[in-house]
Amino acid sequence: MSYKIAIASGKGGTGKTSVSVQLFHELSKSNSCILVDCDVEEPNDHLFFPNARQKEEEVIMQLVANIDEDKCTYCRNCVSYCEFNAISVIPPVNYAKIDASLCHTCGACLVACSDDAIFENGFEIGKMRTHKVNQQILMEGLLKIGSPMQTSLIRTLKKKTPQNTDFIIYDAPPGTSCPVVETISDSDYIILVTEPTPFGLHDLKLTVDLVKDMNLPFGIIINKSGSEFNKVHEFIKHEHLDLLAEIPFSKAFAKNYAQGNISEFDDSKNKTIFSGIRTTLLKKKMLHD
Amino acid sequence: MKTVITSKGNQEQSTFDLRFGRGAYFCCFDSETKKAEFHKNEFVDAQGGAGTKAAEKMIELGAQKIISGDFGPKAKELLEKFNIQMVIFENDEITIAEILKLIS
Repeated sequence: MSYKIAIASGKGGTGKTSVSVQLFHELSKSNSCILVDCDVEEPNDHLFFPNARQKEEEVIMQLVANIDEDKCTYCRNCVSYCEFNAISVIPPVNYAKIDASLCHTCGACLVACSDDAIFENGFEIGKMRTHKVNQQILMEGLLKIGSPMQTSLIRTLKKKTPQNTDFIIYDAPPGTSCPVVETISDSDYIILVTEPTPFGLHDLKLTVDLVKDMNLPFGIIINKSGSEFNKVHEFIKHEHLDLLAEIPFSKAFAKNYAQGNISEFDDSKNKTIFSGIRTTLLKKKMLHD
Repeated sequence: MKTVITSKGNQEQSTFDLRFGRGAYFCCFDSETKKAEFHKNEFVDAQGGAGTKAAEKMIELGAQKIISGDFGPKAKELLEKFNIQMVIFENDEITIAEILKLIS
């Protein structure tokens, strides 16, 4: 059974991707592993695997409601059922239309309509790509530009992720809203990546509240550590949270990251840190199995 | 002809609201009867689709011209479809009464 780890942060730019990619690289040494880039608005994990070979690409559709104006009696029943204001029915001018970009596929209008005037058809919300990286797999979702259906795309991406692997790493989008909730929802363990800055602390608090509310086990990585700002450490200590690791700030690392070189990044310090994290995760997986 | 003006309140002394879909009230002025009626925007706090709903309301009211600060893409699409003229006015200190004077 696969052990699912979600990498989340709250604040953007704390190092979710760099931690995800390095962890994927580290876990791949001993186990089968799938990295799933759930940051569907701008997936960038693939940039760090120049040798990845794209295996397949699949268009992800969402069913959206449509109105057959020939059958519609303009009763507006569907309008009152729709929570998302996606339906416009204007009786005096015989106008009835559903805005696909607002439709959430809840199906309420299908129930509301007694004239059989509403039907569903497919509407593209994005793509899913599967890459082969050495013997492992990298998957990513790409939201169609302009579509607000991140959560729906992430849900499909997760559903289509093969489960016959030791580890699945979900690289979450930033923030604490629906797409993040969807990404982390069925994880066995969550790694919150933060940085020692006031913004990092502010968003860490929000994210800790979220994962506590969802009752999910989690640990924290302080990335880019070494600044004088110690309030993140104080917060973790005060709240008795689990500090998984600290990654010191390194200009050399930033340079390599910018060149897309982190999976092979040869830094003994980082290697020790990630092998420590791997040991912790392997123990957690064993207890879980 | 009916003209709608977005308004922050429900009186002619209220100030002009620059928002269309999120405007608080719609003042509907009939140039034939010289009467102005105020309609509350029921979708002012909607999570999404406020612009479309406001545009629908305009069609229901039979408006031919709308004066507001700006129009979103979804509202614009619907209003254009029904040939409703959109007038952009950028003074948010002016009252509805003053605008009515300007247009009548």
